[in-house]
Amino acid sequence: MTAQHDIVLELKGLTKRFPGIVANDSIDLQLRKGEILALLGENGAGKSTLMNMVFGLYQPDEGEIWINGQPVSMDTPSKAIELGIGMVHQHFKLVPPFTVTENIVLGMETKKGLALDLKSSVQRIQELSDRYNLNIKPHAVVDTISVGMQQRVEIMKILYRGADILIFDEPTAVLTPQEITELLAILKGLAAEGKSIIIITHKLKEIMEIADRCTVIRRGKVIDTLQVATASPEALAERMVGRNVSLHVDKEPATPGERLVEVKDLHVKDASGQDMLRGVSFDIRAGEIVGIAGVDGNGQSELIEALTGMMKVDSGSIRMNGAEMANLSPRVVSESGVGHIPQDRHKHGLVLDFTVSENSVLKSYYNSPMSKLGILQENNIRKEAERFIESYDIRTPGTEVLARSLSGGNQQKIIIAREIEANPKFLIAAQPTRGLDVGAISFVHKQLIAERDAGKAVLLVSFELDEILDVADRILVIFNGQIVGETTPSATNEQKLGLMMAGKLGGESSNG
Amino acid sequence: MAKLKSFINVFKQESIWISIISIFLGLLIGAIVMLVGGYEPILAYQSMIEKIVGNPYDIGETIRSIMPLILTGLAVAIAFRGGMFNIGVEGQIVMGSIGALLVGHFLELPPILHTLFAIVVGAIFGGLWGMLVAWLKTSRGINEVVTCIMLNWSALYISHIVVRMFMMEEGTARSKLIQDSASIEMPFLIQWFDGARIHWGFIITMLLLVGYSFYMNKTKWGYELRAVGSSKHAAHYAGISVNKTIHRTFFISGMMGGLVGTFEILGVFKYLAIAPTTSGLGFDGIAVALLGMNTAIGILLAAALFGALMYGSQGMSFGADVPGEVIRMVVSIIIFFAAAPGMLRVLFQLRRSTRRKEVSARGNDSVSH
Ligand SMILES: Nc1ncnc2c1ncn2[C@@H]1O[C@H](COP(=O)(O)OP(=O)(O)OP(=O)(O)O)[C@@H](O)[C@H]1O
Ligand SMILES: [Mg+2]
Repeated sequence: MTAQHDIVLELKGLTKRFPGIVANDSIDLQLRKGEILALLGENGAGKSTLMNMVFGLYQPDEGEIWINGQPVSMDTPSKAIELGIGMVHQHFKLVPPFTVTENIVLGMETKKGLALDLKSSVQRIQELSDRYNLNIKPHAVVDTISVGMQQRVEIMKILYRGADILIFDEPTAVLTPQEITELLAILKGLAAEGKSIIIITHKLKEIMEIADRCTVIRRGKVIDTLQVATASPEALAERMVGRNVSLHVDKEPATPGERLVEVKDLHVKDASGQDMLRGVSFDIRAGEIVGIAGVDGNGQSELIEALTGMMKVDSGSIRMNGAEMANLSPRVVSESGVGHIPQDRHKHGLVLDFTVSENSVLKSYYNSPMSKLGILQENNIRKEAERFIESYDIRTPGTEVLARSLSGGNQQKIIIAREIEANPKFLIAAQPTRGLDVGAISFVHKQLIAERDAGKAVLLVSFELDEILDVADRILVIFNGQIVGETTPSATNEQKLGLMMAGKLGGESSNG
Repeated sequence: MAKLKSFINVFKQESIWISIISIFLGLLIGAIVMLVGGYEPILAYQSMIEKIVGNPYDIGETIRSIMPLILTGLAVAIAFRGGMFNIGVEGQIVMGSIGALLVGHFLELPPILHTLFAIVVGAIFGGLWGMLVAWLKTSRGINEVVTCIMLNWSALYISHIVVRMFMMEEGTARSKLIQDSASIEMPFLIQWFDGARIHWGFIITMLLLVGYSFYMNKTKWGYELRAVGSSKHAAHYAGISVNKTIHRTFFISGMMGGLVGTFEILGVFKYLAIAPTTSGLGFDGIAVALLGMNTAIGILLAAALFGALMYGSQGMSFGADVPGEVIRMVVSIIIFFAAAPGMLRVLFQLRRSTRRKEVSARGNDSVSH
C-alpha cells in the first residue's frame, strides 16, 4: 500500500437499476494507487454490473465516477480506455487466426506510410512483456496458444493502451491451477509497478494471497471493506453471506453398491480424426462419486460428450446397468437416466435467448406435464422454474426474463437445478461450481453428496483439485486420452495429484 | 380480446413509433426526390393514396397484393427463427403453383374437395422443395443460400417444362386453365369489391398468421425450432435432433411459399404463364420479415405497408405522370427508411432506453456476467 493513499478511482453513490431489480444501490468505493482491491459478493450481488459501469459499458442511473480527483462521464469503453481504464473480461475477444501482436495493436495500428509498422509494436510489446513478466510470444498465432497465454495477451492489450487502472472479472475461473499461480504473480508485479487493480473473484484463497483490501457487496450494497492482512477467509465469507458458512465439505464415507456404469476400452476421435480418448476404462458404482482430475484438454470433454451421446464413439463400450449406451442419441441417453451439467454453460447448458422458464425445461419440455399433445403447458413450466428458483436460491427478477440477463453464477444454478432435479441415476458434473460463490459452492457440493447418498453414480470432472479432493470418493487421473492413475483423496494430496496429471507419476494402482 | 390488446400494445412500444416516423421521413425524402425531378409530390402521393383506397375495387386489389407478402414474409421469418436464411421462397412459390395447377387441371373431383386437395398438394410441393434445401444442408453441408438460388431457377425451368409438355394452351405462352371446381374465388366478396380478385386464400392467410404465432411460442415444435435457431449446440445438448428440426423448419417455410403459388393459380390467374423470371414476391418477403421483426403482427403491418406502396405506386404514374423509375426509387426510399430505424436514432441522437441497450449489450461477450 502506498503511504499517501492517492485515490485513482472513486465511485460515489453509483446506482443501477434493471427491470425488477436494483443491481447496484448507491455504491461508494475507492481505489488507491498501486493497490489490489478485491470485490467479493454472492452471485448476482452486482459486481459485474458495477465494473461494467466503470468501464463504460453500462450507464449509471445515479452517482458519479471520479478519476484522479475529477468527475468523469464514462459513456463508452473507448472513453474508459482513454481515461486509463482497462478491463479483462471472462470471455476473451481475440481474433484467433491473427498473431499476438496483430491482436494487441488491432484498432490502434501505428502506420508508416501505408504499411503497418508492426516492428515498433513488437518492440514495445516485448518491453512491456519483460517488464511485467507476461512471457508473451509476439509472433505466436492466437489459435495455437493456451488459455492462460490468451489472457495475458488480453492484459497486454490494455497495458499497451496505457491503462493504469486494471479491472479483472473472474479472471481465474477459466484457468488451470498452474496458470492461476502465474496470473496472481503477474498481478502482484503490476501493482508493485504502480498499477491499480480491481479483481472480482469468488476464490477466497486468491483474495488472501494478493489483495490489499476487499470490498464486500451484498444485494447491490457495499457491506464493508476489510484489510485483507487482518482478515480470515471465514470472516470474508461471513461478511459476504451475512451468516456463517462452512468452507469445508462434511461427508460420510461412501457406501458404494453395485457397478452402475462400466466404461470399457473407449476410443474417440475428434472431427479432424485425431485420437482424443485412447482406451479409457473405468466403472462407477451406485453411491459413489468418482472424480476425474486432469489438465484441461486431455480428453475430459470428449469423455463427457461420449458418455452423454453428444459425440460418436469409435470403439469400446459404455454400459449402464448392463445396457449398452455407446452411440445412442443424447435424448435417449438422457431419458435412460443420465444427467449432465456441462462444462460450458453458454455453449451447451443454456439457450441464452430463452427465458429462465424455457431453460428450466430444456430436457423435459416435450413430455407431460410440460407439454400435452404438443402444446407447451406454460403454467407447469413456470411452476417448475419457480421451484428451481426457490430451492436453489436463483437470484432473478422473475421466470420470464432471458437467461442472458442473469449473473453468471445464477445462470449456472439454473443448469444445476435442472439436471439434479431430473433425478438421474447417473449424474455427470463438469466444472459444476465454476463461477459460483462460496455459499453456492458448498450448496452444490452438498447436493452432489446427497445424490451419492441416494444411490446415484456421480462423475465429477473438475480442474480444481480442492474440489476433487473434497468431494470425490475415488479419483481417476486422465492424461493424454488415457486414465493414468487411480487414487483416493485420503491417499493423495495436491502435489502428488499435480504430478500424476502431468503424466509423471503413476497412481496407487500402477505404483503397485 | 387478448389478441386485440397485444395488437394495441404494439403501438405503445417505442419501436413502432420509430418505424412510423421513419416511414414519414421516407415519404418526405421521396417527395424531395420528386421535386428535384420536376414532379409534383403532393399530387403524386395523393394519387397513390387514391389508388390504394380510392374505390372498392382498388381496396380489394390492395388487399390482394398484401396477401402473398404476408405468406412470403412468414416463410422467411420461419426460417429466420430457425437460424437460417430462406431466399428460395421464389422457387417454392413456383413449385406450389405447379402442384396446384396439376391437381386443378387434371383431376376431376367435387368442388370443395377439389379445392382442398389442390391447396394441400400445392403446399406440399413448396414444402418439399424447401426441404430439399434443408436436406442438402444437413447431409452435404451446402450452405442454404447457394442451393436456394440454384433451386429458384430450377423451379422456374421445371415449370416451363411441365407446362410445355402437358398442358400448353395452343397459341399462347401459358398453360390451360384449372377447372372451376378447384377455384378458390369468393364470388360474394368479388362482387363487394367490384371485381377485385379476392379469394379464400385471404382467410387461410390470416389463419396462418395466427397459427404462426401459436406454433412458435406455444408448441414444442416451435420451442425446438427456436432452440435450434438460437443455439445449435445447446439444442443438441438438450436432445433435440438438430437435423430433423432444420428439415421441418424448411418444410414449413417452403409450404408458405407453396401456398403463395397455389393461391395465385387457384384464385387469381387460373393458369401458369411461361415467365422469364420468378415473381420477386419471395425476395420481398425478406424485407417484410425484417421489417416485421419476425413477429406475426409485425409481418402483417409490414406486408400491408409494402403491398399498399407497391400497388398504390401505380397510381402515381397515372395521376401525376411520375415515371416508373422514380416511383420505384421513392418506394425503395420509404422502405429503406422503414427498415432502418437505426438511422433515425442517429439522426436525432435518440437515446435508447438503457434497458434495451443493455440487454442487447449482454449479447456480445464484452459484458461480463
Ligand atoms: N443486462 C441486464 N439486464 C437485466 N438484468 C441484469 C442485467 N445485467 C445484470 N442484471 C441483473 O443484475 C444483478 C447483478 O448482476 P451481476 O452480473 O452484476 O452479478 P455478479 O455480482 O457479477 O454475479 P456473479 O458472481 O454471478 O457473476 C442480477 O440480478 C442480474 O440478474
Ligand atoms: Mg459477474
